[in-house]
Amino acid sequence: MNKSTSLKTKLLNSPYIVWSALFVIAPLIFVVYYSFTDIDGNFTFENVLSLTAYTDTIIRSVWFGVVSTIICLVIAYPIAYIMAHSKAASQRTMMIMVMLPMWMNFLIRTYCWMVLLQDTGIINTFLGKLGISPVHMINTPGAVILGMVYDFLPFMILPIYSVMTKLDPSIVEAAQDLGCNRFAVLRKCVIPLSMPGVISGITMVFVPSVSTFYISQKLGGGSFELIGDVIERLYLTPNQNNVGAALSMFLMILILICMAIMNKFSNSSEEGMVI
Amino acid sequence: MKKFLSLLLCVISVVFCAMPAFALSDNEIEALRGTKLYVYNWGEYISDGEDGSLDVNAEFEKRYGIEVVYNTFDNNESMYAKLKSGGVSYDVVIPSDYMVERMLNEGMLEKLDYSNIPNFKYIDEKYRNLDYDPDNEYTVPYNVGMVGLIYNKKLVSAPPTSWTALWDEQYKGQILMFNNPRDAFAIAQSVLGLDYNSEYPGDWRAAAEELKKQKTVIQSYVNDEVFNKMETGEAALAPYYAGDYLSMLDINPDLGFVYPEEGVNFFVDAMCVLKGCENKAAAELYINFMLESEVALANAEYICYASPNTQVINNPEYTFYGNEILYPETSVPTQIFINLSDETLSMMNTLWDEIKNYQPNQKLTIESNKYAIYLGIFFIICIAVMVHKILVRKYRENY
Repeated sequence: MNKSTSLKTKLLNSPYIVWSALFVIAPLIFVVYYSFTDIDGNFTFENVLSLTAYTDTIIRSVWFGVVSTIICLVIAYPIAYIMAHSKAASQRTMMIMVMLPMWMNFLIRTYCWMVLLQDTGIINTFLGKLGISPVHMINTPGAVILGMVYDFLPFMILPIYSVMTKLDPSIVEAAQDLGCNRFAVLRKCVIPLSMPGVISGITMVFVPSVSTFYISQKLGGGSFELIGDVIERLYLTPNQNNVGAALSMFLMILILICMAIMNKFSNSSEEGMVI
Repeated sequence: MKKFLSLLLCVISVVFCAMPAFALSDNEIEALRGTKLYVYNWGEYISDGEDGSLDVNAEFEKRYGIEVVYNTFDNNESMYAKLKSGGVSYDVVIPSDYMVERMLNEGMLEKLDYSNIPNFKYIDEKYRNLDYDPDNEYTVPYNVGMVGLIYNKKLVSAPPTSWTALWDEQYKGQILMFNNPRDAFAIAQSVLGLDYNSEYPGDWRAAAEELKKQKTVIQSYVNDEVFNKMETGEAALAPYYAGDYLSMLDINPDLGFVYPEEGVNFFVDAMCVLKGCENKAAAELYINFMLESEVALANAEYICYASPNTQVINNPEYTFYGNEILYPETSVPTQIFINLSDETLSMMNTLWDEIKNYQPNQKLTIESNKYAIYLGIFFIICIAVMVHKILVRKYRENY
């Protein structure tokens, strides 16, 4: 293989580098710049220090993110396993069923959940017809987590599924030959080998669910806020952009720390490449 | 069909052209042909040709040959943030009162030449020279309206007369509230008899205390969801705009509306021209066009908000002619929002955070601590598993 210094490689890389410089690096620099300046552009720590007011919100957001990620993982892993082990035709069907909801905008889907879960909504009306007393679902933390799980589940299923389909069946056969029962095959072969998929699934679910802002407003009734809601509100208040930037920066650092822990958790260097 | 349509449009334009007296000479108007006009307005805030209504922008383009580039926003703050960030340039914008004032103070608006807007004479006297533009040099009112209390007649025992209904234990879990600080505070301020635009921190704290008390009975804090929740009978009481009540009433006839006795917020959305705009003559032509009786009528019919245009209010063919809700006969005590100082704005935001994080009953005050404990346990388990794995590996290596 050629060294990456060859002109051809450089040329091929340049669109990607320009793109990330413009749309990834530059905005990040702006966020950091705004977090350490006041409204007139003077250097200050005030924005960062004022974040202590949001401790409750931050803890709540991270907890909701953790819970929804775990639920997604528990649901997605068996689904991905079953999908990867079915016939080609049914794999395609299941794939469509996972992908189908993603063809619709997630704001619309969240709004629909609001209509479904309401006290006078479709589910409760149906329960009422069956003679079951209505269940209060909307405007609770549970409803918010349900919304997150529903919206981000495909992001957990897809990476795990793609890793599982690539899993070499001869390894499983070897394990069986060496006397593993089905449980041991799963524990010693399938799970460790699918870890890259799991890790990237966790990242793809955890990050958006910690920073989500719409779901909590619609399904949580607005009586508690998550970080995303606070950032949105701060940005929409004319003189609060700098505090909003500080909070965004804090959120990014928080996510980076969580991801670092996650990488350690998977604890093998060759699998860490997925992030 | 196309031929018929164009014929129809021709007829309409002929009728229109015959009516108003133009301040810009025909030559000047002719010179604007082929130019572009950038308009920034609220979403769903113009008659757009739906259900046979008049398509205002298309009509303007047709008549003057000026292309209208029309964009929408969904709240004043996002509009302001966009304009402030640069990168966009608009000619005509339609913000609300307090935002007009803020933009005016920051020198973002251009003085209007009212001789180019002869139709300004149709604007009702009481909507001129308002607080945000005392000498009326920068703005032309587009729509006006008031906040009121919407209630579901089936769910509420007696029609409420006061904002205190929104604190009533009897309707616990059936009450909606604005999910934005300014409007929510205004209601608490009405109840306490305070000024909406107070710069005195004590007033805001007192209002915040009221809003915290209210949290026990609130079902949810809403923006647009209010339509769905009131129309389906999910909630019994909600503060919202009179014009929107009329749209909800079409779907749920059980809804009632009242202007609470303590007073309500009165707002004006006004057309302004931005400083440094590239097509001021066309912008004024557009504003003038919006005030023409046919156009203003089409807009008023479509938007359902009250019109400041006397040509509309006094037109017997107007659907809401003499409507008690849009144009109440008995005067309602009103206050208009004006721009708050930066200190007050940031305090309002902090207080709003407090309200959102406030947990009314004792059991729940530890709610966030509860999450902290869960998180702590979770991390401890994670670390324990990690340590265990490392130890196992070390053990194996030694082995």
